[in-house]
Amino acid sequence: MTNSQFTPGVVPGRLSPERYAANFQDVAPPLSAHAAAVAADRCYFCHDAPCATACPTTIDIPLFIRQIATGTPEAAAKTIFSQNILGGMCARVCPTENLCEGACVRMEAEGKPVEIGLLQRFATDTLLEKQGHPFTAGAPTGRSVAVVGGGPAGLACAHRLALKGHKVTLYEAKPKLGGLDEYGIAAYKAPEDFAAREVAWLLQVGGIEVVTNWALGRAGDGTLDDLLGQHDAVFLGIGLSGVNALSLPGGELATPATEFIAALRQADDLATLPVGRKVVVIGGGMTAVDAAVQAKLLGAETSTIVYRRAQAEMPASVHEQEHAATHGVRIICNAAPVAIHAVAGGLEVEFARTETGGAGLRMLDDTFRLKADQVLSAIGQTLGALPEGVKTAGPKIGTDGAGRTSLARVWAGGDCAPAGEDLTVTAVAQGRDAAEDIHSFLMGA
Amino acid sequence: MADLRSNFIGIKSPNPFWLASAPPTDKEYNVRRAYEAGWGGVVWKTLGAEGPPVVNVSGPRYGVIYGGDRRVMGINNIELITDRPLEVNLREIKSVKRDYPDRALVVSLMVPCDEESWKAILAHVEDTGADGVELNFGCPHGMAERGMGSAVGQVPEYIEMVTRWVKQYSRMPCIVKLTPNVTSILPPALAARRGGADAVSLINTVKSVTSVNLDDFCPEPMIDGKGTHGGYCGPAVKPIALNMVGEIARYAETRGLPISGIGGVTTWRDATEFLAMGAGNVQVCTAAMTYGFKVVQEMISGLSDYMDRKGFTSVEEIVGRAVPNFSEWQHLNLNHVTKAVIDQEDCIKCGRCYAACEDTSHQAIAMGEDRIFTVKDEECVACNLCVDVCPVDCISMKTLPLGTVDPRTGRKVAPYANWTTHPNNPGSSNYTCGITAAE
Repeated sequence: MTNSQFTPGVVPGRLSPERYAANFQDVAPPLSAHAAAVAADRCYFCHDAPCATACPTTIDIPLFIRQIATGTPEAAAKTIFSQNILGGMCARVCPTENLCEGACVRMEAEGKPVEIGLLQRFATDTLLEKQGHPFTAGAPTGRSVAVVGGGPAGLACAHRLALKGHKVTLYEAKPKLGGLDEYGIAAYKAPEDFAAREVAWLLQVGGIEVVTNWALGRAGDGTLDDLLGQHDAVFLGIGLSGVNALSLPGGELATPATEFIAALRQADDLATLPVGRKVVVIGGGMTAVDAAVQAKLLGAETSTIVYRRAQAEMPASVHEQEHAATHGVRIICNAAPVAIHAVAGGLEVEFARTETGGAGLRMLDDTFRLKADQVLSAIGQTLGALPEGVKTAGPKIGTDGAGRTSLARVWAGGDCAPAGEDLTVTAVAQGRDAAEDIHSFLMGA
Repeated sequence: MADLRSNFIGIKSPNPFWLASAPPTDKEYNVRRAYEAGWGGVVWKTLGAEGPPVVNVSGPRYGVIYGGDRRVMGINNIELITDRPLEVNLREIKSVKRDYPDRALVVSLMVPCDEESWKAILAHVEDTGADGVELNFGCPHGMAERGMGSAVGQVPEYIEMVTRWVKQYSRMPCIVKLTPNVTSILPPALAARRGGADAVSLINTVKSVTSVNLDDFCPEPMIDGKGTHGGYCGPAVKPIALNMVGEIARYAETRGLPISGIGGVTTWRDATEFLAMGAGNVQVCTAAMTYGFKVVQEMISGLSDYMDRKGFTSVEEIVGRAVPNFSEWQHLNLNHVTKAVIDQEDCIKCGRCYAACEDTSHQAIAMGEDRIFTVKDEECVACNLCVDVCPVDCISMKTLPLGTVDPRTGRKVAPYANWTTHPNNPGSSNYTCGITAAE
């Protein structure tokens, strides 16, 4: 360890190996069997349960918790997976305080929800540890579907199609499947290579052929027309491959936070990752939090999130904000970046104070500068280039409720489609539901 | 602090909380700890006749029924009477009584059903200075197969006979402990009274199997692949015990017979309910076995606070206060009409009341927008199930005043009338063969 937290610039190896290991261990350790039994006992088994309604994949939460309480966690896992095949990852990354746990009637009763996320993890971990896949591909229908994008939407779609007996080819531009689960979330949310293990387990259903390093429209790979020629239907789960650029003087001095996170997720040795002594993250969503917290955990002396609107408007959940704060990340709100200056010994980010309310965001004359060695921008992601004929609706691919696009035999879902929030669980729901619609279309046709 | 002193058939104790004859009272060591913790009295675990003591299993002796969070709701045991030599027990009883003269110490007995056996043991017990004896006619396991315990308690003639011997050969107060494993508790209680018992205590444990091992297909507790029935106790049996205590307290021929109430007493409230139902004191076992002897301290403070709140100056003032209201069904007011009311302020919208009513009762709860649950008075028969299943106790029963119209029946709430005079009752002089005036 030649460097420390106080070494100027952007350098690797700021911490001891022990610190790296401790910093990136499981952020929410799993429940023991006893703790799970105690937690499960708190569920009231509500009628038409609000938690299940709040779940984008409508998992029958009271039922799976009762199954845990009665000593059958594998049955609980099947209840979960039948609605959400990525229930293991969702148990780790879902903003449960805004979804199931936020709707739990125990919030009303005593302000402390049933620990649904941790219970879901207990059940799904139990089943995954047995290494068996609980579902089998359906009898072949003779139909074939191309699923483009191996993220949560594509995986959920492919799995459901396989259950129906359709032959699935899953195309992924990157070397690994998993999408944001593999490349885009904080390492401590799914340690021990969970994303990859979950994908491998999911594929055990059979009937899914995987093609990686294959990008839609890239020369030598294939076009949408090619896919439509080879398959009966196509599902686009292509996510948001672009990032919003910081359009301000010196904007090129910032790095996309997504790149920083992806590099961290794929690193074999965290000590090789360079990180700034002073890190500034521009944005207010989960990506901003994941980047800022991980910068701190990699040994940055300071890590600051700067968000242009009021704190109450931050897309990152309150839980995420608290997580950042407890890891020493400073959050500055109502400040918009106006320029990044290269100065002797590093960078300075200039911000203007803002006011929100009434006529929207208003920049004030009051400005200030933050010293930085590394500036990460997390101000949103955008659709990449679309195949000809696929119409957009605003910033996303236009789809109807069932995921049908403007093109015949083409469906879309996940972050590339309208969703509300770009969550793994929403992507799973859309991929699954599109698969059901594709199935109806193929079998009805 | 209220005055909790108790005088049960002349046996004095600083409070009405006694430990029942059971594993916790088998040895001097345990009993001393119990007294130190504050227990008012102890019934020493049942002694057998002189000679080689009984032998207990060395596998598990207890089975259990859990509520949520592994809360012990009931324990079943297959332990027999004391397996320690008689002389050891007698020596210890004497020693403890000498050191704790203000506490009650009663000795439980179970010997073969012959006059000589009873005569012999009574002489030994008198020597210890104990305050009284309790005749174990209750245990349903093990000893019953040898003609003792509940095998005696199930035959009123035997109860009477043995009680008579005990009163004949001893000047000590005699409590007869009854088994609930009978179709009616009244004949055994009557028999005890006829035999001269100073009191009865009840209930002993309920014959039971708590669980079945689904791998070895064997009732539990499992001893080397076999299981046997045991005696069930704890909170789960309290309703059975309260009913039997109340029946003895209200029945004309047993009324006034002192009762030591036993069966699932876990808190001060349970204990006070037994007192109100006619028990002069209570005996506790499972609560102590689950939580240790310290639980008595909550019972003492709880009863004391209750008495202060209610203005009771002695435990005797509580005893039997609920008995006049322990009625037979036929005397209940059939014109009394109540309706469930859900307090919207406290409701957490779990919908359990709705599921219970919609699926298993009278479809009397509506589920509105935003999960607002309301009672349909025109359907509500006031069964109380919604109150019972509500996890936050936000549902109550309101009584319809006399003269108001019950939306369910369209009839006005009328003054008291019961089944004995109801026109649908073939035994009533008002019987109409189902023909109403309108027809």
